[in-house]
Amino acid sequence: MEEKVFSRTRGLTGKPFHYCPGCTHGIIHRLIAETLSEMDILDVTIGVSPVGCTYNNYEYFACDMVQAAHGRAPAVATGIKRVHPDSMVFTYQGDGDLAAIGTAEIVHAAARGEKICTFFVNNAVYGMTSGQMAPTTLLGQKTTTSPLGRSAAVQGYPINVSEMLATLQGAVYIERVAVNSVRNINRAKQAIRKAFKVQQANLGFAMVEILSTCPTNWGKDPVSALKWIDEAMVKQYPLGVFRGQEIEVGD
Amino acid sequence: MSRIEIDQDRCKGCGLCVHVCPRKIIVLQQDKLNARGFHPAGVTDMSRCIGCAFCATICPDSCIEVWREGGKA
Repeated sequence: MEEKVFSRTRGLTGKPFHYCPGCTHGIIHRLIAETLSEMDILDVTIGVSPVGCTYNNYEYFACDMVQAAHGRAPAVATGIKRVHPDSMVFTYQGDGDLAAIGTAEIVHAAARGEKICTFFVNNAVYGMTSGQMAPTTLLGQKTTTSPLGRSAAVQGYPINVSEMLATLQGAVYIERVAVNSVRNINRAKQAIRKAFKVQQANLGFAMVEILSTCPTNWGKDPVSALKWIDEAMVKQYPLGVFRGQEIEVGD
Repeated sequence: MSRIEIDQDRCKGCGLCVHVCPRKIIVLQQDKLNARGFHPAGVTDMSRCIGCAFCATICPDSCIEVWREGGKA
């Protein structure tokens, strides 16, 4: 007798994603949506959409969503959570939104220990604006604004956001994961679940940094892009828990 | 029998499911074009499917649903 073991989640609206073929934003969307559905918190969750390729992800998540100005998602989420402390509040932000224009907002939201979850999608490039260098672009990586490869002398070093935020007392759970293999995707889902559990327990700020691909702006086919995460990105951005290893969330 | 269904209209032909399938039974159908202009993924021999759901797990566009013989592994 066959049994259905994988269905589309009710956490997504079902509207087809506008992302490029092979872009792993879609996987991350699904993991968050599945977690909301499985924890039965879809009805009490308010998400905050960023500016970037995922600016209109409010069309895709089947929970309440708000669109924030560029980089200001943690500030908007702070307001929502303080007015509606019983809601589950998350921000979904890319590296341009969180690590460039929104650096101040994310640092202070974490320092204040705001009881929100942030999902930080790091693909080392600006996607929506067509491939310019991001703060997280790797040394040597070619982009349209670092055509010879990023050089420490000219453009400076990449920012390791997870390590940086893990130094703040208000940040209680910080983990970096990737979505470039089935195993890593399953781990990423556990991390997303843990972040929501941390918020449910009212412990403080939780962030999951997710290494994601951008085949279009990396100039790679989707499968080579998955491999590039292992070959290049995890060397600069090692996977693991940077804060909150000891927190047990249970089933 | 384990099997998968791939939504032919949603699929963008990215090939990630082809890459992770342990039985190597998923291909991009070069003789087919969907309404969005992509060659959608298809299965060459469904009788060899083990229902592992690797394809559905990595599909960025939630195109794949999976049925497994005997239910959860």
